[in-house]
Amino acid sequence: MSICSKKRPSWRRAVRTLLLAAIMFAPLARAEAQTSSPAQATADPYAGLTSTDFDTIVAGVNQIALTGGARARTVLGALGNNDLYTWKYPRPDHGLFIHDPDTGAWTNARTGAAIATPPFMAIRKVIANDMVTGAIATAMGVLDLASPKSATRRAAAEAIFAAPAPATLPVVAQALAHETDPAVRKALTQAQAADELMTPSSSVATRLAAIHVIAARGDLTARNELASLSGQPKPVATAAAAAIAHIDFTLKLWNWLETAYYGISLGSVLLLAAAGLAITFGVMGVINMAHGEMVMIGAYVTFCVQQVFRAYAPGLFGTSVIVAIPAAFAVAGLIGILIERCMIRFLYGRPLETLLATWGLSLILQQATRTLFGAENQNVATPGWMSGYFMLGGLTITLNRLCIIIFAFAVVGGLMAVMRYTPLGLRMRAVTQNRRMAASMGIRTPWIDAMTFGLGSGIAGVAGVALSQIDNVSPNLGQNYIIDSFMVVVFGGVGNLWGTILAALTLGIVNKGLEPVAGAVLGKIVVLVLIILFIQRRPRGLFPVKGRAVET
Amino acid sequence: MTRLSLTLTPVVIIGVAIVLAVLNLATPTTSALHVSDFVVGLAGKYLCYAMLALAVDLVWGFAGILTLGHAAFFALGGYCMGMYLTREIGARGVYANANLPDFMIFIGWKQLPWYWHGFDFFPFAVVMALIVPAVLAAIFGFLAFRSRVGGVYLSIITQALTYALLLAFFRNDMGFGGNNGMTDFKDIAGFPLNRSTTTTALMVISALFTAAAFLFARWLVGSRYGKVLVAVRDAESRTRFLGYRPEYYKLVVWTLSAMIAGIGGALYVPQVGIINPSEFAPANSIEAVIWVAVGGRGTLSGAILGAVLVNFGKTVLTGALPGAWLYALGGLFILVTLFLPRGIMGTFTRRGAGAALPTAGEPQGLAAIDGASADLQEAGMHAAGADVEKTA
Repeated sequence: MSICSKKRPSWRRAVRTLLLAAIMFAPLARAEAQTSSPAQATADPYAGLTSTDFDTIVAGVNQIALTGGARARTVLGALGNNDLYTWKYPRPDHGLFIHDPDTGAWTNARTGAAIATPPFMAIRKVIANDMVTGAIATAMGVLDLASPKSATRRAAAEAIFAAPAPATLPVVAQALAHETDPAVRKALTQAQAADELMTPSSSVATRLAAIHVIAARGDLTARNELASLSGQPKPVATAAAAAIAHIDFTLKLWNWLETAYYGISLGSVLLLAAAGLAITFGVMGVINMAHGEMVMIGAYVTFCVQQVFRAYAPGLFGTSVIVAIPAAFAVAGLIGILIERCMIRFLYGRPLETLLATWGLSLILQQATRTLFGAENQNVATPGWMSGYFMLGGLTITLNRLCIIIFAFAVVGGLMAVMRYTPLGLRMRAVTQNRRMAASMGIRTPWIDAMTFGLGSGIAGVAGVALSQIDNVSPNLGQNYIIDSFMVVVFGGVGNLWGTILAALTLGIVNKGLEPVAGAVLGKIVVLVLIILFIQRRPRGLFPVKGRAVET
Repeated sequence: MTRLSLTLTPVVIIGVAIVLAVLNLATPTTSALHVSDFVVGLAGKYLCYAMLALAVDLVWGFAGILTLGHAAFFALGGYCMGMYLTREIGARGVYANANLPDFMIFIGWKQLPWYWHGFDFFPFAVVMALIVPAVLAAIFGFLAFRSRVGGVYLSIITQALTYALLLAFFRNDMGFGGNNGMTDFKDIAGFPLNRSTTTTALMVISALFTAAAFLFARWLVGSRYGKVLVAVRDAESRTRFLGYRPEYYKLVVWTLSAMIAGIGGALYVPQVGIINPSEFAPANSIEAVIWVAVGGRGTLSGAILGAVLVNFGKTVLTGALPGAWLYALGGLFILVTLFLPRGIMGTFTRRGAGAALPTAGEPQGLAAIDGASADLQEAGMHAAGADVEKTA
C-alpha cells in the first residue's frame, strides 16, 4: 500500500496531462460548442462558464475538471448549487463570483479571495440546466479519480459509469493503468466500457467487449446503461439486448430469493409464535386461546428486563435481550403451570369449554396488562449488535431478522431435543400416547400435564422476546398472532413439530409471495381461504398422526 | 317445564316489547313511567343479539358445532340491510348524488358496482339478508361437513372465515365502505329513522322476529330431524353407522342458523345506525358463544336470556366502570365453563329444554351416556351400547 501511495503523484500528474489532451478532443464532439468561445478556452479554463450558451458551459465544466486546479471542485459545486455569478455583459476579465447564501459573503471564483459585493445590477447567475448538471457530475467524478482514498476513486468510477462521456475515456484508461485496488479496478473497467460505448470512434469489437463487461456487472444501473444505448451497430445492439435479457433474468432471480428470504423471515416469526402452541394444542390437545397473551407476557418481561438494565447497568444493555430469554421462559412458564393447575385441569376432555375458558383468560390478561402498563406501546430497544444489515449478493439481510430466523430454529430444535432426549420429554410422549398406561407405569400424569403446559407457555414467552424486537409491545400483541399460530398448527398437523416447521415456512413464503401480486391484505385473505380449503382436503393437516381411534 | 318455556318465552319477549313500546309512545316524557328512546333502542339491540345467540345455540347446543364465526353471518345480513339504507339516502348525502353512495364518490368510482344493483328495493335487500348468509354457510358447511372437519378444527376455521371476511371488508375496493363501513342512514321504507315511532316499531318487529325464530328453532329441534341432530351431536360415528348422513343434518341446521343470524344483523343495522367491518371481528363471535353458555347451551330460551343479561351487564358496566368490563367478561367465560356448565336455564330446569346436556360438553361419565341413550331412544333408535367411541 505504501508503494502505491508513493507512486501515485507521478501518475496523477500524468492523468492531468492526459485530461488536458482529452479536452482538446472534447470540443470536437460538440463542434458547435466552440463557435461562441474561441481559442481562449485553453488559456483560462473558467472562461467557458461566463457564456450564455449551454454547450459552451458544458465544455467549460469539462475543462475545469481537467485543468481547473485546486478551485475546480468549489467552483463546480457553486455552479451546481446556483451560487455562481458572472457579469451580465461580458467583460474582458471574465469575472466569476461565488455567493455564499448562508453567510452572504462574496468570493472570487478563481482565487477564492474575498471580494466586495459586486454591483447587483451588473451581474447575473450562471444557469445550470440538466445537461450542465450532468457534466458537473461527470467532472466531479473525474476530479475524484485522482483522490488518494480508494473509496472515493471507486465512487468516482461508478459516477462515470452512471453518466459516461467520451471525454473521460482517456482519464479512465490512464487511471486504470495505475490502479492497484481490485475493487476500484473493476469499477474503472466498467466505466471504461461505458465510455467506449459512447465514443463514436470505437470499433465493433471494442463495443462488444464493453457490453460483455457491463453485462457481467448485472445490476439495475448496468441494465439502464445498456437500455439507454442508441445508434449502435447491429451486432452490438443485438448483444446489448441479449445482455439486458440476461440481467433481467438475474434480477428476477434475486427478486425471488428476496421474496423467499422475507417469506422465511415471516415464517420464522410464525414458527416462534406457533411452537408453544404445537406443544399445548398439538401434544396435549388443549386449545389455549390465551397463548397469544403468553407471547405478550414474554414481550413485557423483555421490557421489564430492559428497564432494569437501563436503571442499574446501562453498560451491559447489549446483553439485556439475552437475559430476557430465560426470564421470559420462567415467567410465562410459571404462569402457564398456574393456569393449568387452577383451570385447565378441570376441563380436560372438553376442548370446546377449554377454548372458551382460555379465551376469557386472555381477555383478563390483556386487561390486566393494560391496567399495569397502560394501553400504549412500550419502548423495547434493539441492542446494537442486532441492528444493521449486510449484503449477500443482491440481498439485503437485516441482522435482527436474521437473528430471529436463527433463534426460531434454535428454539424449535431445542424443543425437539427436549421431547426426544430428556426424561421429561419421554414422559410427555408417554402420557400423550396412552395416559392410562403411562399412569400405571408410575408416571404422575397430572404433574406431567402441568409441566407440558408450562413448557408450551414458556416457549410462547421466549417467542415474545423475539417478537418484541420486531413488533409493537402492547397489550394487543398476542391477539395479532393467535389466529396465525392456530393456522400454522392446524395446517402442519397436530402433534408433529416437523409439520409445524414446514407449515410455518410454507405459510410465510406463500404470504410474501402473494404480497407483490395481490397486496398484503388480499394476500392474507387468500392464504386464509387456502387453509380453509386445505383443511377440507386434509382435515388432520399436512402430517396427521396415524392412529386407530374412530374419528369423531 | 318444556311446555311452559315454549309458551312463556315468546309471551315474555313480545309482552316486554309491547310494554316498552306503550310506555315510550303513550306516556309524556315528564312521566316517571316514561321509557326513553335510548332504552327502546337498547332493547331492540339486545333482541338482535338474542337472535344471534339463538343461531349459535342451534348449532352449538344441538349439533355440537362450536362456531367461532357466527358474527360473520350476522354482519353479512347487516351489510345487506346497510346497502339498502345507504341507497335510501339517495341525494341527501354529502355529495348529493342520487346514483352513488358518498364513499364511492370519495374513492373515485364512477358507477354503481353490479352487486349493488337491486339494493334500492327494500324487499330485495331483506331477501338478500337471508340468502347471502345462507349461501356462504351452505358452501362453507358443505365443504367442512363433507370432509368431516369437526370439533376444534371446525371452530378454528370458522374463526379464520370471519377473520378473512374482516380483512376483506376493510378493503376500500370491495365497495362496502372499507374501514368506515356505512352510516348516516336517513330512513327505512319511507319512515325516518330518527323518529321514536320508527325506533319503537323496529324494536317490536325485532321482538316478533325473535319470538318467531325461537318458535321455529323449538319446532326444528323437537322434530324427528332435531332428534337425529342431537344424536349426531352426542355420537356422530354411531349415528353414521346407523345409516344416517350426519353431514346433511349438520348442513341444514348450519344454514338455517346462518339465516337466523342474518335476520338478526339486518334488524340490528337500522337500530344502531351503522355497519362496519368490526362486526366481523372474531371476538364478537366468541362473545356470542358466551351469551349462550351463560344462558344455558341447548336450551334456546337460555340463549335469549343469556344474550340479554350479558349485554345488559355490558351496558351497565361499560357505563359505570369502563376498565372493568373486560375483567367481567373474561371472568364470566371462566366461571361459567368451570362452575355453571349448564348455564342458567340448564341449572334451573333439571334437564335443559329439549335436549340433555349433562356436562355441556362431549359425553363424560355415566350421566352423559344415559342422557345420550335416552335421546337416541326418543328418536326411535335403538341405543344398545353404553360405550362411547372416544373417551380421550
